[in-house]
Amino acid sequence: MNPLKTLRSRYQSWLSPEVLAPMIVGLLSLTAWELLVRITGLPPFLLPGPLLVLQTLITEWGSLWPALLITLKITVIAFLLAATSGLLIAVLFVQSRWIERSFFPYAVILQTTPIVAIAPLIIMWLRNNTFAALVVCAWIVAFFPIISNTTLGLHSVDHHLNNLFQLYGASRWQTLIYLRLPSALPYFLGGLKISGGLSLIGAVVAEFVAGTGGARSGIAYQILMSSYNLQIPRMFAALLLTTLSGVGIFVGLTALSNALLKHWHDSAIRHEN
Amino acid sequence: MADSAPLLQLHQVSKVYRNGTVALQDANLAIAPGEFVSLLGASGCGKSTVLRMIAGLGRPSTGSLWWDDPSHQGDLAFVFQEAALMPWATVLDNVGLPLKLKGYPPRQIRAIAQEAIALVGLQGSELTYPRQLSGGMRMRVSIARALITDPRLMLMDEPFGALDEMTRSRLNADLLQLWREKQWTVLFVTHNIYEAVYLSQRVVIMAPQPGRIHGEITIDAPYPRLEPFRTSPEFSQYCRAIAEQLAIADAI
Repeated sequence: MNPLKTLRSRYQSWLSPEVLAPMIVGLLSLTAWELLVRITGLPPFLLPGPLLVLQTLITEWGSLWPALLITLKITVIAFLLAATSGLLIAVLFVQSRWIERSFFPYAVILQTTPIVAIAPLIIMWLRNNTFAALVVCAWIVAFFPIISNTTLGLHSVDHHLNNLFQLYGASRWQTLIYLRLPSALPYFLGGLKISGGLSLIGAVVAEFVAGTGGARSGIAYQILMSSYNLQIPRMFAALLLTTLSGVGIFVGLTALSNALLKHWHDSAIRHEN
Repeated sequence: MADSAPLLQLHQVSKVYRNGTVALQDANLAIAPGEFVSLLGASGCGKSTVLRMIAGLGRPSTGSLWWDDPSHQGDLAFVFQEAALMPWATVLDNVGLPLKLKGYPPRQIRAIAQEAIALVGLQGSELTYPRQLSGGMRMRVSIARALITDPRLMLMDEPFGALDEMTRSRLNADLLQLWREKQWTVLFVTHNIYEAVYLSQRVVIMAPQPGRIHGEITIDAPYPRLEPFRTSPEFSQYCRAIAEQLAIADAI
């Protein structure tokens, strides 16, 4: 494809209804919000208008940006831990039905235990290292979708291909590397997309809990402090940063997934009917 | 061919599944080296079961399999009804899989796989992915993968069952040519009478409930069998004879 065509198609994709429609909705809602605040004269500590939030974001950038970086660091480390541990545990699970039967329920228990309830305990156990405590909390929230999805994927191997590997005397290891793992890739990537957002949520929740105990940390601590001090525009600005990070994580992981699956998986291929 | 020692013999082989279904009852069958034999019958007559047991994917409940050379027992290839390709791998990697599993060096695999791909008429498609190929082309890839290990026995389980009639005829002709060139032994499962007659030296007729071998018919037409054979009176006589046998087998 020539570069001009690529440029044009990229330009056109920006102007596609998929992008335009939500942008128009967003702009209209923001305008309505700003108008509502102006007309009713709501005080900013009840509801700040979007322009004020934007202005606060710029003036408070110096304190909010470093805080966001801390939260993102927690998120990324927890996410990477969740991805590797989830993958390894799933591989272990499919090695034997007994391992899976014996341990899977505990993965579920860990997942269904509300993180808000156990976060104080984890923070207390690791009180010399708040950062590690927050990473552990975010990891607990994030690892289950990866285990669950990847285990499902490792089990959903094409029956005939499985027979074929048997026929050619493939070892357990070869079957894992050349058959099971590639079969599980779409499922694993689906798990990553869910876990990316959950890592951020886990980090934010843990920071809240830690913050009420007085431990300083990232952006969620800033949200908490702003609300304590009734700096509501600043709280909104911090919230906006958090949300944008979450969207960014999702978009990034979706792009990764599409890049890895573009040749062969239905999820990454556009069909023309 | 009937006088040479059989490559493989099935002796009173039965298969009963755990739920009590009798998939195959007292099957006796001998296959000579270089033969092209078809197993023909309705679904549920145990023809796939025979193939899977020969491939070692499941053991007989009773009875036994005899190979002329027990050490070569694993020297076979299997072609499934669905092409059973790895969607994430290119044609080249799919075809090279059996050699990769046997631990051949990559460069050698590449060379042999390219040869096999050319043999089934897919040169130029080495780097495409299965989903970019038509059903017939996928089946060609599957056949290339099967022939790459130079097997003595080719087991084919309704390989062309899902294809349209025109593609099927072309693949039939190409398969026969490969068979004559490579001197394989082929055991071919199908439910299509015309296909069985066109391809085989012997057609083994199977009957359902319980799955069993009903009888067999020898197709005494010389190879190469070209297109006119399909419309010859001889061809229709064989088809009629087989259809009659199938009807009898079903009625018992």
